Amino acid sequence: MTALARLYLFAVLAILSAPIVVVAGVSLNERKSLFFPPRGISLKWFEQLFTDPSWRGALINSLTIAGSAAVVAVMVALPLAYAIWRYNLRFGALLYTIGLSPFILPPVVSAIGFLSFWATVGLYGQMIAVILSHGIFLTTLPLVTITLGLRSIDPTVIEAAETLGADERAVARTVVLPLIAPYMLSGLAFAFVLSLNEYIIAFMIAGFTVETLPVKIFKSLRYGYTPTMGAAAVVFVGVAVVVFGLIGKFGDLPKLLGAWEKRSEG
Amino acid sequence: MSVRNSTPGYVLAFFPTLALGVLFLVPFGIMASISVAHRVTGGFYEPGFTLASYWRFVSPFFGGILLNSVVLSALAAMLAVMIAFPFTYLLTRQPRRIQVPVLVGLLAVLSLSEVIVGFSWSTLLSRSAGISNLFVAIGLMEKAQSWTPGFYAVIAGLTYVSLPYATMVLYPALSRLDPELPEAARTLGASPLRAFFEVIVPVSRRAIVACLIMAFVYSLGSYLLPSLLGRPQHWTITVHITDQAIYQSNLPFASAMAVFLLVTALLLVGFTQRFLGEKA
Repeated sequence: MTALARLYLFAVLAILSAPIVVVAGVSLNERKSLFFPPRGISLKWFEQLFTDPSWRGALINSLTIAGSAAVVAVMVALPLAYAIWRYNLRFGALLYTIGLSPFILPPVVSAIGFLSFWATVGLYGQMIAVILSHGIFLTTLPLVTITLGLRSIDPTVIEAAETLGADERAVARTVVLPLIAPYMLSGLAFAFVLSLNEYIIAFMIAGFTVETLPVKIFKSLRYGYTPTMGAAAVVFVGVAVVVFGLIGKFGDLPKLLGAWEKRSEG
Repeated sequence: MSVRNSTPGYVLAFFPTLALGVLFLVPFGIMASISVAHRVTGGFYEPGFTLASYWRFVSPFFGGILLNSVVLSALAAMLAVMIAFPFTYLLTRQPRRIQVPVLVGLLAVLSLSEVIVGFSWSTLLSRSAGISNLFVAIGLMEKAQSWTPGFYAVIAGLTYVSLPYATMVLYPALSRLDPELPEAARTLGASPLRAFFEVIVPVSRRAIVACLIMAFVYSLGSYLLPSLLGRPQHWTITVHITDQAIYQSNLPFASAMAVFLLVTALLLVGFTQRFLGEKA
């Protein structure tokens, strides 16, 4: 690795982190103004994030929606991934593609689709509508991670269990589920973090009734900047780094992101 | 791995298929039906069949939106892939203990809400807290100025969000590249830079084109950055869809544009998967 190559890697990483550094700096300002470098150091904007009723309300909404949506995403993805892998479904490939598409299409298209759906059904503006929409929108992530987990199961393990007399249910519960648990957890974590950050779907479905943190920041962008926005951003980056960091520490992040293990596969 | 009797498989797949069908496919159907509904000024819409919303596509107004969307997204996609390709290649040559933390950082930036990215870029380019202050401090500029809103501010923002995305799209292909390839080139006397441009880039042609298309679709989907960092003439189709749906209360026209964007994205992504997929 030449010095030039290292310099390039470092430069790109510096560019990627520059906006985050600025946001973090701004969040420390002592007065209600956005200076960088900050003038006077204070942590009161972080405090406001957790004590001010409107910011705290948005934070609680965001956590509730992200937590529930991640569970919905896994509940949809798990049986689908399992059925496609274990049984030769005729429409398996098609179902998998449909499961992948919400995430690949421009989010605004899904947002308009969800908006018209919930308006027709009569749940427009409700939190449950945001939860279900996020769950479906983000189901792609657990679908990909769980499928990856299922494919990496050694077939002889399943055969051994069957030879020992385990029926379908027992194989699924005692062999498959423990083996794919880490992949399920990764999928859950990915969906959680992305739901936490999603704003256009949340805004279109319930922007005026259920305010999430990104929706609140979004509105503040129109009606007046405050350092609290910076504090919220820092918390978000922190959550993402911790969650992905845990996956990286206990899981195989390169593999999850599509790298092949050297030599083990041909 | 599969068992012969697939009936339980269909039972198992029933619930997720139902969920995806009702909550993902049906909404698109409703959206399509709204796109041909009659608009009620000041209200919502009335069911019916009219192509009025689609006729608005044949106008200089829509032509301008389209041209601007394509120019902005294409430029951002190209810049992002140009930066991401060498970066990803170098990253995949690093040992795991370096790769993993970098990947964690990339994922964190990628998942970062666009509202936060927009907030930080508008701060970064502003007069009071922006980088122009830095240039003043080191004597490159006379006095600090604001660089937003403007065309280049939008390009900067879109390139920034597309960069980690492009990296993630390139990562699988580049990490599977045979490590002996550059070594062979080196043995034959090529400099590392020459080996990169004459061996690595050509063998990755497909991945690069696929990544360009995916990054294009990705930046086309950005709402906040063009509307926050740009002036109304820099608004992309995504911004206009949201504007029509939320602020102009014209859901039929918003839906018609969303249908257009959906079809465009499906064609582009479908083409990429079909002709530029991994297993070619």
